Amino acid sequence: MSWLEAAPPRARRRVRWGALAIGGLIAAAFILVAAVALVWTPHSWQALAIDQRLMPPSWEHPFGTDHFGRDVLSMIMKATHNSIVVAFVAVAIGLGAGVPVGALAAARRGWVDEALMRASDFVFAFPALLSAVMITALYGPGAVNSIIAIGIFSVPVFARVTRGAALGVWQSEFVMAARLAGRGAVAITVAHILPNIASVLIVQATIQFALAILAEAGLSYLGLGTTPPDPSWGRMLNEAQTMIYLAPHLVVIPGLAIALSVLGLNLLGDGLRDLIDPRLRGLD
Amino acid sequence: MTLLLARRMLGLAVTLAAASVIVFIVMEVLPGDPAVVILGVGAEPESLAALRGELGLDRPPVERYLAWIAGLARGDFGHSHTYAVPVLELISERMAVTFPLALIAMALTAAIAIPMGVLAARLRGGAGDVAISLIAQLGVAVPNFWFAMLLVIVFAVSLGWLPAGGFPGWDAGIGPALGAFVLPALALALPQAAILTRVTRSSMLDTVAEDYVRTARAKGLTRNAALWRHALENALIPVVTIMGLQFSFLISGTIVIENVFHLPGLGRLLFQAIAQRDLIVVKELVLLLAISVVVVNFLVDLAYLALDPRLRRGHHVMA
Repeated sequence: MSWLEAAPPRARRRVRWGALAIGGLIAAAFILVAAVALVWTPHSWQALAIDQRLMPPSWEHPFGTDHFGRDVLSMIMKATHNSIVVAFVAVAIGLGAGVPVGALAAARRGWVDEALMRASDFVFAFPALLSAVMITALYGPGAVNSIIAIGIFSVPVFARVTRGAALGVWQSEFVMAARLAGRGAVAITVAHILPNIASVLIVQATIQFALAILAEAGLSYLGLGTTPPDPSWGRMLNEAQTMIYLAPHLVVIPGLAIALSVLGLNLLGDGLRDLIDPRLRGLD
Repeated sequence: MTLLLARRMLGLAVTLAAASVIVFIVMEVLPGDPAVVILGVGAEPESLAALRGELGLDRPPVERYLAWIAGLARGDFGHSHTYAVPVLELISERMAVTFPLALIAMALTAAIAIPMGVLAARLRGGAGDVAISLIAQLGVAVPNFWFAMLLVIVFAVSLGWLPAGGFPGWDAGIGPALGAFVLPALALALPQAAILTRVTRSSMLDTVAEDYVRTARAKGLTRNAALWRHALENALIPVVTIMGLQFSFLISGTIVIENVFHLPGLGRLLFQAIAQRDLIVVKELVLLLAISVVVVNFLVDLAYLALDPRLRRGHHVMA
């Protein structure tokens, strides 16, 4: 016991459980909003009403209206849906490509491992934004291109996490037993490795989901992501920037939506990680 | 040690070569006809043919790639279509904005995060620790460009203390030039500092559990002396690594933040080059940014070796 560990981690543990609950609630609320936006928004998110432009928040328009008189609440709801779809597909790409690569590296070791990990280091040299910039420079902006760019960037993250966790499981006795029983690497990976690292992957997916939402917002802010007329939090901020003096609420609301959703997902991810890995409970 | 260094250098060379091949394939081979991308689908056949000749598109890709690399080695980065100047000139001009901005942002990040992280570790489990964790959680979640806009609303629009954007140039004097960097650097530093605070905190907690810190305490050093003199120095090793990794986020950050503040740096140049379909500039810039990330990570790796003598004996480092 070191002297710094004297403070009981109890208060912290209580905070952790609270964080997990709050994060889960926020994430669930955003998913609910996205689902509702599919079938209903208070106003049409694309109906223009120039005579009602830049209205401050009111009963009719709880978040006010933008420079075209569109209802900001409806746009935020529709944008929530877009954000979640982009992030979901990007994370699915990361999982779909990263997990097999990481599992292969862990199962084969040796030069396969070395080559795959060097390759993943190398993808790190192209941050999502940089690869998105390359893609949009050639193929134009759009939701699909930003999904691909964000997805590619999360592949090495999942590959590394999978490899690290899988290496540990490969050392365990039940895997030894399975190998002695003559089962092949693929069968062992499917039957024993993946189920045992699923929790780690779920945690990482939550964190990558949050990063993907941030990346999508950044790309759309630059005009490289979601294209009009589909609303996006990032593009709403871009449009609001020129009206910073006239209608500051247009700057505040989309930013809050981004920050709140990312905060919720991060709290959820951290909370899940602590729950799954008892060793970390006292540490971080 | 020499062998280890040689291996690392070889790795660096391979990564750099691979980066250039990827950029070349993505920018020149995949799009089919770069001339059409630059001039647009409706361009005259004669101008397309002329541009193809100028870009050397009639030659095979391998030959073009080698010519490109040879040109880069000579300092010939090609010519920008829209600016009608050599790309190298354009890049070095814009570098005078981006480089100091990134440096100030990094310094700010360390200046905020290291004391906060040490403080959180010192107050572990208490209210102060929880408060710092919450602030850090918020810092990670807030997009830097939104934070930048909020800073503009408060410090430029309401208080009028700092400019809302633009860059007066270094000729305007050091004061106004640095003044233009304050808000952008703050916006860049916030999310990085949030992450680094968490890293510093857990690294400190790992270090104070070590024997030598206990020995220092047993020798009669006060808690603070043991913390600041003995633990911090060792706890900084992972912190430096993470700062190196954050460099790539800093690069992405400058692309966004320079656009928020209309700073004429590399990020804004990249963005403008895309809007104007100036593929040559985009290609060189993407490569330059990727190379800078790779080189910084390599230097961090070396710094890691210098900081931790245990790693020098050739043990494989799990980064």
